[in-house]
Amino acid sequence: MHIVVCIKQVPDSAQIRVHPVTNTIMRQGVPTIINPYDLFALEEALRVRDRFGGKVTVLTMGPPMAEDSLRKALGYGVDAAVLLTDRAFAGSDTLATSFALATAIEKLHQEDPVHIVFTGKQTIDGDTAQVGPGIAQRLKLQQLTYVSAIRDVDSAGKSITVERRAEGGTQVLKTTLPCLITMLEGTNTLRRGSMDDVFRAVRSEVRTWSARDAGVEDITKCGLRGSPTVVKKVFAPQPRMEKAQQIDALGKSPAEIADETINMLFTASNQLGDDILKLTEAI
Amino acid sequence: MAEKFDVIVVGAGMAGNAAAYTLAKAGVNVLQIERGEYAGSKNVQGGILYAQAVEALIPEFRESAPLERHIIEQRIWVLNDKSYIGTHFRSDNFNEERPNRYTLVRAQFDKWLNGEVKKAGATVITETTVLELLKDETGKVNGVRCDRENGEVRADCVILCDGVNALVGSRSGVRKEINSKEVALAVKEMHFLPRDVINERFNIQESEGVVIEILGTVTEGMLGTGFIYTNGESLSVGIGVIVSDLMKNRINPSTLLEKMKSHPSVAPLLKGSEVKEYSAHLLPEGGYDSVPELSGNGWMVCGDSAHLLNAIHREGSNMALTSGRLAAETYLELRDKGQPINAENLKKYNQKLENSFVLKDLKKYRRMPHIMLENKQFVTMYPDLLAGAAETLLRVDGVDKKTKEKKITKDFRSARGIFGLVGDAFKLVRAWR
Ligand SMILES: Cc1cc2nc3c(=O)[nH]c(=O)nc-3n(C[C@H](O)[C@H](O)[C@H](O)COP(=O)(O)OP(=O)(O)OC[C@H]3O[C@@H](n4cnc5c(N)ncnc54)[C@H](O)[C@@H]3O)c2cc1C
Ligand SMILES: Cc1cc2nc3c(=O)[nH]c(=O)nc-3n(C[C@H](O)[C@H](O)[C@H](O)COP(=O)(O)OP(=O)(O)OC[C@H]3O[C@@H](n4cnc5c(N)ncnc54)[C@H](O)[C@@H]3O)c2cc1C
Repeated sequence: MHIVVCIKQVPDSAQIRVHPVTNTIMRQGVPTIINPYDLFALEEALRVRDRFGGKVTVLTMGPPMAEDSLRKALGYGVDAAVLLTDRAFAGSDTLATSFALATAIEKLHQEDPVHIVFTGKQTIDGDTAQVGPGIAQRLKLQQLTYVSAIRDVDSAGKSITVERRAEGGTQVLKTTLPCLITMLEGTNTLRRGSMDDVFRAVRSEVRTWSARDAGVEDITKCGLRGSPTVVKKVFAPQPRMEKAQQIDALGKSPAEIADETINMLFTASNQLGDDILKLTEAI
Repeated sequence: MAEKFDVIVVGAGMAGNAAAYTLAKAGVNVLQIERGEYAGSKNVQGGILYAQAVEALIPEFRESAPLERHIIEQRIWVLNDKSYIGTHFRSDNFNEERPNRYTLVRAQFDKWLNGEVKKAGATVITETTVLELLKDETGKVNGVRCDRENGEVRADCVILCDGVNALVGSRSGVRKEINSKEVALAVKEMHFLPRDVINERFNIQESEGVVIEILGTVTEGMLGTGFIYTNGESLSVGIGVIVSDLMKNRINPSTLLEKMKSHPSVAPLLKGSEVKEYSAHLLPEGGYDSVPELSGNGWMVCGDSAHLLNAIHREGSNMALTSGRLAAETYLELRDKGQPINAENLKKYNQKLENSFVLKDLKKYRRMPHIMLENKQFVTMYPDLLAGAAETLLRVDGVDKKTKEKKITKDFRSARGIFGLVGDAFKLVRAWR
């Protein structure tokens, strides 16, 4: 089985400074990290490989220095790494990014058929959560978003069963391979590679592909030219409404849940009790 | 099968990078192991870089190394609670083509230097901690054990550049553990300010820089010093105090830093700055008498791990760079002569250090740490006496100068007594020689 994991190198947001005078983000000297969400995808891919066999390839699109992230991934035990880097990719929005990644995955697929593509749920810099679905759409892959665990893979029968977080609970879904999975955060703990993995990480070749190497034919779909998103304005949003409250419903009777709900409503609004009293008097 | 290298360098700080670079350049199969995420990720120097020690490795380092400012002015301030008295030395001679001292941000500099190490051909692995030295049946060190599965790696020679804690050496029984009287704990903050503001406040232009060394009552009677260094768009502000004094007085160094920052002479320099980074680190300040065995059967130790730091002149990075280079050169000489890497032959490294400024300077100030630890009047009483004297002389209030001088002499005498004063002067001279 061949598993591809897409990872993005992002600035470590914990270390970004805002210039005290100009209020602009100071990127200079800010260390980069693998997008934290992608590490859950990476670990899950390695687990699938360890359980069902096969190999894991990591793929990133970014500047040449994104090679650091790939080597890091190799140190966790990934088998191969591909860096997509080309001036033509500069300024890509989610449409152009998913186009470039999908094209490269197609190329990898021709070399060695790809069964599962993993991405993180979203990134900490772009935050759109669009790239995964974008790749699935282009490659006509089954799409499983917000996955929390892989239950089973039947590569002979070409099916996969996963757990997915959904409103109010967990769904268990089964679908056919090949598929694309966007992995939820907090679902697993990244392993520590062995000494052998670490040595392999510094010695392995990282394949570097230009747009042409990756098989891109229409260069206008890449980079700034292929990116219809226009950033018109950047501003700090007003704080949102209060956080929604949740009731833990597991193992409770409907009456208990109803009690708890009413209790919560009355605590949230002092006015409510009086209003209801007035209403009942009116009736 | 464990991997095998010619040499293993433990640590990617100043010492480790200098050693690994020198070896890799000479074609040695060298493995460098760093526990941090990348070289520099754990390093906290204030910090001043002395160009000579880097030039000895990479003559053209100024072209690509991340440097903040070159230093043109050095201030020494003796503070009491309200005042400072001090000396400033500033010279346009320091605005030279190849400046002598720079401020820098260690995280960036170490990363750059480690990049050069990789380019020179060393194998560098990170996020891997060396736990202990491995030895063969004869007791010769022949590798290290790391904190990963299959963590044993072999080599003919191990160079320990693991910094002040020196845990690898003490765990492996080649040295004793560090003592709280020998190490200072320094806390440091990075205060961000626009370049123009720094230039105005410190009376400098472009990439000129200023260093302020601070002693006196800010350390509350404990042995220690504070500092303010100008970086490009930030100030490194910190204070360091001997750990045994902190323990005795149960004072947290960050309390001292807060006090120093609010001093009326310091606060205006920091006004409006954004504090982004807070860090704490130990410094080996025991001097010559705390230097452990520098080499043994199959191993050498460099930099902070070997206690090579001159606290009086705040020189540590240059000693680390120089000792790392000399350890590597020792290995190269033995290799070229086909001599075995054993305890006797590695003594050449000790000799090289004895012949260099590193051990010569530490020897010169050999008595200083002891004298300072036992004579706290230098940091408690004298700052007040000096400031009092200056104020008495400068205040114009109708009192004649002779009376003023008498008052000053009386203040000094009643504080310390004539024998105390003469004794202190004598101690200082002795410590200096
Ligand atoms: C409003 C807006 C403004 C933008 N402005 C700019 C700009 O000014 N300049 C500019 O250069 N870019 C800009 N971008 C592009 C953007 O920052 C990202 O580079 C790109 O669109 C990916 O989107 P994302 O980070 O939201 O990823 P998400 O869709 O949140 O990522 C989901 C997953 O996709 C995978 N993934 C995402 N990107 C990559 C990648 N490069 N390589 C491998 N895997 C990946 C990861 O697994 C990730 O977890 C902008 C995007 C938006 C939406
Ligand atoms: C606040 C402060 C200000 C200073 N200011 C100055 C100054 O202005 N000028 C000056 O010259 N010096 C200054 N120094 C001293 C200077 O920083 C040190 O002397 C110098 O960094 C020593 O270099 P080193 O390579 O020996 O140790 P370090 O730079 O500490 O490097 C040791 C490296 O080894 C790694 N390591 C440790 N243990 C292990 C292990 N078991 N396995 C793998 N890796 C390990 C560490 O992560 C680290 O990267 C200052 C120090 C401090 C704390």
